[in-house]
Amino acid sequence: MEYSEIMVRYGELSTKGKNRRNFIDRLAYNVRKNLHQFPELVVKAHRDRMHIQLHGEDSQAVMDSLKRVFGIQNFSPSIKVERDMEAVKETALKMVKEQFFDGMTFKINTRRSDHDFEYDTNQINDFLGGYILKNIPKIKVKMKEPDLRLRVEVRKNGIFLSSQTIDGAGGMPVGTAGKGMMMLSGGIDSPVAAYLAMKRGVEIEMVHFFSPPYTSEQALNKAKELTAKLAPYAGHIKFIEVPFTEIQETVKHDVPSGYLMTVQRRFMLRIAALLAQKRNGLAIFNGESLGQVASQTLESMLAINDVTPMPVLRPVVSMDKNEIIKIAQQIDTFDLSIKPFEDCCTIFAPPSPKTKPRLDRARDYEARLDIDSLIEHAMAGIKVSEIKGGETFLNQQAEEFAELL
Amino acid sequence: MIYLDNSATTKIAPEALETYTEVSQKIWGNPSSLHALGEKAYSLLEQARKQIAGLLGVRPEEIFFTSGGTEGDNWVLKGTAIEKMGYGKHLITSSIEHPAVLNAMAQLEKLGFEVTYLPVDKHGHVSAADLKKAIRPDTILVSIMAVNNEIGAIQPLDEIADVLQDYPKIHFHVDAVQGIGKGIQPLIMNKRVDFVTFSGHKFHAPRGIGFMFKRHGRKLAPLMSGGGQEKNLRSGTENLPAIAAMAKALRLLLESESEKVQQQRKIKQFIYDHISKFPKVTLFSEMNAQFAPHILCFTINGVRGETIVHAFEDQGIYISTTSACSSKKHEISGTLSSMAIPEKIATSAIRVSLDENNTLAEAEEFVKVFDELYSRFEKINS
Repeated sequence: MEYSEIMVRYGELSTKGKNRRNFIDRLAYNVRKNLHQFPELVVKAHRDRMHIQLHGEDSQAVMDSLKRVFGIQNFSPSIKVERDMEAVKETALKMVKEQFFDGMTFKINTRRSDHDFEYDTNQINDFLGGYILKNIPKIKVKMKEPDLRLRVEVRKNGIFLSSQTIDGAGGMPVGTAGKGMMMLSGGIDSPVAAYLAMKRGVEIEMVHFFSPPYTSEQALNKAKELTAKLAPYAGHIKFIEVPFTEIQETVKHDVPSGYLMTVQRRFMLRIAALLAQKRNGLAIFNGESLGQVASQTLESMLAINDVTPMPVLRPVVSMDKNEIIKIAQQIDTFDLSIKPFEDCCTIFAPPSPKTKPRLDRARDYEARLDIDSLIEHAMAGIKVSEIKGGETFLNQQAEEFAELL
Repeated sequence: MIYLDNSATTKIAPEALETYTEVSQKIWGNPSSLHALGEKAYSLLEQARKQIAGLLGVRPEEIFFTSGGTEGDNWVLKGTAIEKMGYGKHLITSSIEHPAVLNAMAQLEKLGFEVTYLPVDKHGHVSAADLKKAIRPDTILVSIMAVNNEIGAIQPLDEIADVLQDYPKIHFHVDAVQGIGKGIQPLIMNKRVDFVTFSGHKFHAPRGIGFMFKRHGRKLAPLMSGGGQEKNLRSGTENLPAIAAMAKALRLLLESESEKVQQQRKIKQFIYDHISKFPKVTLFSEMNAQFAPHILCFTINGVRGETIVHAFEDQGIYISTTSACSSKKHEISGTLSSMAIPEKIATSAIRVSLDENNTLAEAEEFVKVFDELYSRFEKINS
C-alpha cells in the first residue's frame, strides 16, 4: 500500500513532566537527522505524537531507519484519506484484505481529534466494521486482542487509517541525557556499551587509542567502522583518535611488567577525562565487564579509576559474555569486533598482569614518569572526525571490486 | 566451428578472462600478507566468497575454494573417511558417479572401507528406496551426483534428502559439477545436503578452480595441510585471479538462468525430435524433468562412437563419446553399462552437450550433418 505518513508514539518521555518539550524537540531533531537521505519528508512533532509525512518516499526504507532512533515506543504507517466516509470505507477494506488470512479477527478503533466531524466514533466503528464484515466473508470481530486492529483517526485535514504497529528502539532520545566520552577499543564489549549509553539518551564521542606501528591501520579503521555501525542511532558520532605509542613505550620501559596494564589504563582514563572536560562531557563510558580479564576486577577498577573524580560508567559491567554477544549481534557489530587486528590493549600485554593491583603501588610506579608531558604530547596529536552511518573504512575497495566480480 | 561438448569443458567467458588478467596484474599480493597489497587481495577473496555464497543462498563461511571438481570430490570422500572412521567405515554412492568419486572410493576400499554402489534403473536413476536399504549403523557418507555427466539423468536428490532426514549423522554429498546453472538449484542446495562440489571450468571460469559448499557445523578433515588457508581446511596460497574470475562467471551464469535453461531445452528437443525418427538411433537421454536440459546421449547402432565423433569433427562440429575422461581410454561408458545397455550398443554412444551460447541455427547445422552421416554409415552398416 502507498502510505502517506508514519505516526510515531513516544517512549518513556511521555511521562517526563516539565522536560517534555525538550525531549520532543530533541527527538524530532534526531529523527530529521536520521532520515536526512529522504529529502521529501516533513516531520511534525506534536505534544503526544509525531507525524512523518512521506510525500512519496519509500515507507519501508523510512521505517527501517526509524527503528534505530531511540525515544520511540512504536510507530504505524498510515494512509490519509479525504474526509468522506465512502473513500474511507474503500481504503479500510483494501487494507484489511491485504492482511487477511482465514479466520482472522479484527476490530476498528476510531479516535477523533476533530469533534466537529459529522459522525462520532461509535458511528464510524459500526459503519466501517459492518462494511468489512459484509465484504470479507470469513472475518470475525473480536474486541480483546484481535489479529488486526484498524485505527481510524479523524483530523481536521483528513482521516488517517493504519493497521500495523511496529516496535521502535525504545529508550530516550540521544542527546537528552548530556554528553559522555566512550572509550572504544574495537572489541566486542565497548560497542555494546556505547549502544546502551546512547539508548539512555547519552550523546557519545568515541575515544580510541592507537599505537602505530604496534597497532595497524586496520585496527584504527575497524574502530571507525564500528563507529559507523553505531552512528545511525545518533545521526553521526565524533571519533577522537589519540596517539598512544609514546606512552606505551615509556610505560613498557619504566614500569614493572605486573603493573604495565594498570598504569597504561590510568593514562587512558586521564586522557579521556581531560577530553571530557574540554568537550563538555559529563561522564566517561567504557566496555568493562566485571571479572572478564585481569583489568576488570574490582581491585583493578579501583586502581585505575583513581585518576579522575568524573563518573566512569560501565553499561555492561554485570552482563555475561553471552548476553553481550547477543546484543552485539543484534546491532551488527559482532562480526566486525572479532576481526583479528591487534589493538593497543593486547600489545604489550604482560605475561601475568596483576589481577589485584594495589593502588599505592600503581601510584608509586607512575610517579617515576613525566606524566604531564606524556599526556601533553598525546593530546597534541589528537584527531577528531565525524562519522556517519553507512561509511566504510575497512573494505573501501568494494566498489573497485564491483567491476572485477 | 560448432562446439557441442560443453560437459567436457566450456569456453572461458571474456568477462571472466578480463577479471583473471586484471587481478593477476594488479591485485597479486598474497591474501595472507599483512601489508596493504595483501589486505586488498584478502578483501577481494572474501568479496568473491560472499558473492558466490549469495548466489547460492548460503553463508560466506560455508564456501571453500578448491582446484576443481576432482579435488572437491576427493576431499569430501577422503576427508569424511578420515574424520569419521572412528564412527564407521561404510560409504554409499551410485554406480554411475564421475570417476573422481568412483576411483576415490576404490582407494578407500583398499584402506579397509566398505562401499555400497547403488544400482540405477534403465533410465539412469538411483532409487531412494535402494538407498534406504543400503544404510547401515556404520554408514558415514552418502555421495550422489546431481546430474549424470554422460546421459544427463537428474538424480532424485529430494527423495534422497528425505530418507537421510532420519539419519542426521551421515554426511550427504552432492557432486553438482554438471548441475549448476541448469535450473535445479533448489534440488542441489536441498535442506539436507552437507557438501556440494563445483567446478569452475564447466561454467566459463578458468581451469584449475572450483569450490565446495560445506554446511556450517559439519566436520571434514583437510587433505591439504600447510599454511592454514581456507580456515585451516585447504592450505595453499589462494588462486585469487581464478577465484575472482569464477565468482564473476557464476554471477553471469545465473543471470536470467531460466531463459537460458529454456533455450538449451529447446535446442535439445529439436535435435531429439529429429534424430529419434531414425530406426538405428537409440537415445539414452530423455525429454522430461528427470533429465538435464543440456545433455543428449545417443548411438547410431553399429557405428563406433569414436568414428562418429571424428566424422562430425570433419564438418567442424565438436561432440564427444560419452565422457571426456573415459573417451581416450576406449572403455565403454560406466553409466550405460550400469543401465544394463549391451556392450555392443554402449560402445557406440556419443554425447552432445550444450551451453547457453548455443543457438538453434547451430542445431539445424548439426542435424543436417547428422542426416548426411547417417545415410553414409547406412551403406557400410546394413
